Amino acid sequence: MATDLLREPQITIERAGAERRAILTGRWTAEQAAAIERCAAALAAEAGDSRRVLLDLSHVERLDTLGAWVLDRTRHELGTAGRAVDFVGASPEHTILLNEVAYRGFQPRPATRRNRLYDVLVEVGENVVRAGKDFAGGISFLGEVMTALVRVATRPRRFRGASLVHQLELVAFRGVPIIALISFLVGCIVAQQGIFQLQRFGATPFVVDLIGILTLRELGVLLTAIMIAGRSGSAFTAEIGSMKMREEIDALRVMGLDPIEVLIVPRLLALVIAMPMLTFLSDLAALYGGGLVAWIYGGVSPDVFLSRLRAAIQLNTFLVGIIKAPFMALIIGLIASMEGLAVQGSAESLGRHVTSSVVKAIFMVIVVDGVFAMFFAAIRY
Amino acid sequence: MPLATPELPHRDRHREAVIRVRGLEVGFGERTIMKGLDLDVYRGEILGFVGASGTGKSVLTRAILGLVPKRAGTIEVFGENVDGLSPASRRAIERRWGVLFQFGALFSALTVKENVQVPMREYLHLSDRLLDELAMLKIEMVGLNPDAADKLPSELSGGMIKRAALARALALDPEILFLDEPTSGLDPIGAGEFDDLIATLQRTLGLTVFMVTHDLDSLHTVCDRIAALGEGRIIAAGTIDTMLKSDHPWLKAYFRGKRARGVMTANEA
Repeated sequence: MATDLLREPQITIERAGAERRAILTGRWTAEQAAAIERCAAALAAEAGDSRRVLLDLSHVERLDTLGAWVLDRTRHELGTAGRAVDFVGASPEHTILLNEVAYRGFQPRPATRRNRLYDVLVEVGENVVRAGKDFAGGISFLGEVMTALVRVATRPRRFRGASLVHQLELVAFRGVPIIALISFLVGCIVAQQGIFQLQRFGATPFVVDLIGILTLRELGVLLTAIMIAGRSGSAFTAEIGSMKMREEIDALRVMGLDPIEVLIVPRLLALVIAMPMLTFLSDLAALYGGGLVAWIYGGVSPDVFLSRLRAAIQLNTFLVGIIKAPFMALIIGLIASMEGLAVQGSAESLGRHVTSSVVKAIFMVIVVDGVFAMFFAAIRY
Repeated sequence: MPLATPELPHRDRHREAVIRVRGLEVGFGERTIMKGLDLDVYRGEILGFVGASGTGKSVLTRAILGLVPKRAGTIEVFGENVDGLSPASRRAIERRWGVLFQFGALFSALTVKENVQVPMREYLHLSDRLLDELAMLKIEMVGLNPDAADKLPSELSGGMIKRAALARALALDPEILFLDEPTSGLDPIGAGEFDDLIATLQRTLGLTVFMVTHDLDSLHTVCDRIAALGEGRIIAAGTIDTMLKSDHPWLKAYFRGKRARGVMTANEA
């Protein structure tokens, strides 16, 4: 400890008339920042009514940029207060350092402290405008994609079949296990809860109607869409975003290739094709799970389950779900691609856009599902 | 153990080696990158480190920094073997060096000023005023405009990124500065300015500089000593004159090739 005390920067002030001689000792380095600032404050206070202050650096053990900065800042501050301050006994290295870090005022940025309420209103306004722009951007992007699709359709040779198959494998085939599993489990849970509630009215067999209609109309497609948004939407955004970050998108453009045609059309098409297939699979898995639980918990045998199911659902029950699937796919794909193309240079931006891609996609999927529900109700389908 | 750096000028034997590498072996999987490598970096010098692409210049730097595991050999930094260090003394050593990565490695989520303040916040207890002033001081010392302080790395040009990264490397007043290809990707004027900056900072702050470079201009103008890596060891180390006199085929091609002659005549003129 004794050595540490010796090393702490200290200042001894000798008075000689109107002159003060401050002898600095110890290490004037960044580790001692607090002590250095204390010393500087003490020096400023001690300078009092003196005209001239000499800072004797000959006993300073070590000096770094922080020490030199504080010393020169103090010199400057005393100078503006009308006191001449000079360094004496500085070694050549210390002199170089003191010259290098010579005090200069850094204008602190004007602190813009405004009214909280004002800030909140500004933020709300900005977000509304941004949401509106997002929407308009989405429509215009949809237009771009459609033109690209038409271009590809009129010149089928430009269509990237290999890319589509690759994306189909990633989106549809690799997505089967997780989507089937989740749907199966949700089917089980809905059936179990249905049985518990319906038992009280002695209406256990109606659980079949519940599972059949709920799964086919809503649950299957919603579960699939949410899983796809999380699985494939995020992947699209990350892929396209990192390509954007590393100028690969620009490289495509200068080669005369349309990034929308090359990157986005195959992905969107893959999603639109995969989504109804996966929804169908999800329907099957959920019905299977529901049937299993109905058999175990509710004593509804498979024969009864199937015959009740046939009575409860019609083709349109199934179609209501499946019709929605391609629209969900389009929404997820468009949002994912737009977010990917909006990525800026930094890793943080990539992360932000991937998150926002998934959040926006899930939100829009649910909103659109609601709109479809109203629509089908209105046309009594 | 025979030194692999036989061409050391005599005076160097009396100087303090801040980094001493002995018998270093590094490899990945089946591949051995370097074996039996010896290297000394002396206090207060600017050591230029050259070698053909793929010979492991970056690997050696990363091995010294502890980012790549070594298979054998010892590395001493400030006279301490880095193997047997406790985490605390390891951190104490890391505090005393600064690294400028080839592509800057600035944290993209932080502004330039915040980037410079990261090591300060981590290791020092500074008042907010000092923290701000010191960061601005370092930013000015590396020749950046104060306006750049509040910019994000993605808004900077290549040269500005290097300078900002240098400011961050200097944040804690290091004693050793590692530079990985500091002038790559800069235009000749920018590269020349960067060389001058490093030379000035080295003088004012008393730095020891370990510089991996391909820039013949840098080697001629700012480096006190040059070490050449090849065949998994140091082929030669010494001043630029030693390099020019060497008969090693790679050194001949490197220092007396077509491009090198251009630099030499330009320097003599």
